[in-house]
Amino acid sequence: MHFRHEFLEKNAIVLLVASLLTVAVGGLVEIVPQFFIENTIEPVKGVRPYTPLELAGRNIYIREGCYLCHSQQIRALRDEVERYGHYSLAAESMYDHPFQWGSKRIGPDLARVGGKYSNDWHFAHLRYPQSVVPESIMPRYAFLEETPLDYARIAADLRTDRAVGVPYTDEDIANATADIEAQTNADANHDALLKRYPKAVIVPSNGRTISEMDALVAYLQVLGTMVNFADTSEEQLQR
Amino acid sequence: MSEALAAPRAAVVYNDDVVKKFVIASMFWAVVAFLVGVFIAAELSWPALNFWPPYVNFGRIRPVHTSAAIFAFGGSALLGTSFHVVQRTCRARLFGGEALANFIFWGYQFFIVMAALSYVLGFSKSREYSEPEWHIIVWLVIVWVAYLVAFTGTLIKREEPHIYVANWFYLSFIITVAMLVIVNNLAIPVSVFAAKSYSAFSGAQDALVQWWYGHNAVGFFLTAGFLGMMYYFIPKAANRPIYSYRLSIVHFWSLIFIYIWAGPHHLHWTSLPDWTQTVGMAFSIMLWMPSWGGMINGLMTLSGAWDKLRTDPGLRFSVTAVGFYGMATFEGPVMSVRTVNALSHYTDWGIGHVHSGSLGWVAFITFGAIYYLVPNLWQRTGLYSNRLAAWHYWIATLGIVLYITAMWVAGIMEGLMWRAYDAQGFLQYSFIDSINAVHPLFIVRWLGGVFFLLGALIMVYNLVMTVRSPRTAPGLAGRFGAPLAAAAGE
Repeated sequence: MHFRHEFLEKNAIVLLVASLLTVAVGGLVEIVPQFFIENTIEPVKGVRPYTPLELAGRNIYIREGCYLCHSQQIRALRDEVERYGHYSLAAESMYDHPFQWGSKRIGPDLARVGGKYSNDWHFAHLRYPQSVVPESIMPRYAFLEETPLDYARIAADLRTDRAVGVPYTDEDIANATADIEAQTNADANHDALLKRYPKAVIVPSNGRTISEMDALVAYLQVLGTMVNFADTSEEQLQR
Repeated sequence: MSEALAAPRAAVVYNDDVVKKFVIASMFWAVVAFLVGVFIAAELSWPALNFWPPYVNFGRIRPVHTSAAIFAFGGSALLGTSFHVVQRTCRARLFGGEALANFIFWGYQFFIVMAALSYVLGFSKSREYSEPEWHIIVWLVIVWVAYLVAFTGTLIKREEPHIYVANWFYLSFIITVAMLVIVNNLAIPVSVFAAKSYSAFSGAQDALVQWWYGHNAVGFFLTAGFLGMMYYFIPKAANRPIYSYRLSIVHFWSLIFIYIWAGPHHLHWTSLPDWTQTVGMAFSIMLWMPSWGGMINGLMTLSGAWDKLRTDPGLRFSVTAVGFYGMATFEGPVMSVRTVNALSHYTDWGIGHVHSGSLGWVAFITFGAIYYLVPNLWQRTGLYSNRLAAWHYWIATLGIVLYITAMWVAGIMEGLMWRAYDAQGFLQYSFIDSINAVHPLFIVRWLGGVFFLLGALIMVYNLVMTVRSPRTAPGLAGRFGAPLAAAAGE
């Protein structure tokens, strides 16, 4: 049968469907296999869901548009690895709904900023970035310290995150509020928190109301620290 | 096309009211988008301008700029011109009546205002070019479906035997954007009352879905839609038929087929699987050809009518736009090559590339269409001042040149500084060194933006005067004298 393009030009619905099918192909071939090919995300020991406080901080990071200036994706290039640390692994963002890889660096990459600076440095920097990096062009975020963290809804946040695939347990959700309070209290017993969320960094609010800045710093301090790259045991390498 | 001008009109009364509304909205949002752009460019040069935290902090305002430019200015221009073009090339009044047209107009403007307010007040999904939270997206989808119905309905009830090529592009833009928006925004809200949702995808998969969307927001919103604009307004203004019908078929299907694959070039060297990056790169390079097919068809349509560039400032914008389109669609494939991307990614080269496309192509092709449309829709004999339009042209062009050259230099400098090693084998520069180094270029970029904004203000003044001044009142001889007399009789 001889196909004439005229047929498409004379039937609006056929043209509509044909163009939709044409554009569907690329997406189907590229995206769908990501969910089925096993080594898209190779499992790595140590990656865990965020603590409720870290998750709250992450939501502030998203709200303020931090991703517009800071990437969280160290590319597998020599200079990046030397500047920022081990290149990012897919598994390290497997619980990130949404991802925060970013697309532009007006500030440095933050994929492994956790543990690089003290909590105090982060507080000073967020309040007034130029106090620690004089030439910085970052806006001030002092208001975060004055804004009490609203965590009344945090259990619902964890539940929703679980609905999209983050393995929070019933216990994690039941303890969400308590975990926020424990992670911001230096004197609390942290055993239960650290058992659920190893390597969580305590950000003491020292009797103040828990602020949004506390949450943001807790989030920044865990970035890139979950995987132990010094662990070259056979078990880890074989995974 | 030429016969459309010459043939006596059948008694179809077009819905020009909705087109006029979209033209006005588009010009309003153009000024807003450029103004906000100039402001955030100034913030990067002089950070003290983040003076009212958190509302004017860069991170909250940048989505206002991108959404205002793409969806408010570009979107209003696309919806308006598509309604103008589809009615005339189908010789049919817009499907769905006044009510549907008005719903689409006001519904779309409502979406824009809600989106902008939500960013400033601290609601964002952090998906670039798709930041609004879920309830605003639901609203957008409703409006968009109404748009699809009005457009397709008009195609179906057409009086012309063929669907004109401009409409293929508009149609593909509408349906593909619907697909992209829906898939990219799949998420679960925390509750019906909470403006917060969690993406259905995570990490590498989420990144791929987002850039599949992001790149095709460029490919279909900012390219296919505006090619539809090109395919109507250039032949119309030049009074020449499209150069090659065959080329338009070939480049239409290859463009829409190939574009959709190109997203992964935004994720080179990342933790996205290598095979996906390679496929994305290969298709990005292939994309060069259909892109230039469009450019060639646009430029060659002027064969025999190049002299009009001297007398028609609107056409000058359209043709320059096609030139920038060709340049940006060559630069894109170059930047999608992994080796080049290792240098260019994360730098201001990307920002420059986006703006040679958005200012040079999208804005200029729109300006060309609008300079044609306003005298036509408001039934004036011509523009209030061709001289002012020429000033707009040169000021805006100078603005673009300042902008993109500053970003080329800044971007390549950043890329080179980040990877520079000293004699001892250590990284030579700290990150902040690169920020200091590009400071003068950020100021040049800001200046380029100021020029572009200035040009837009001249245009708005010129268009307002075109509608209001007695100088362009119908009855006087002018460029639009003859066809408008016929139009007035409708």
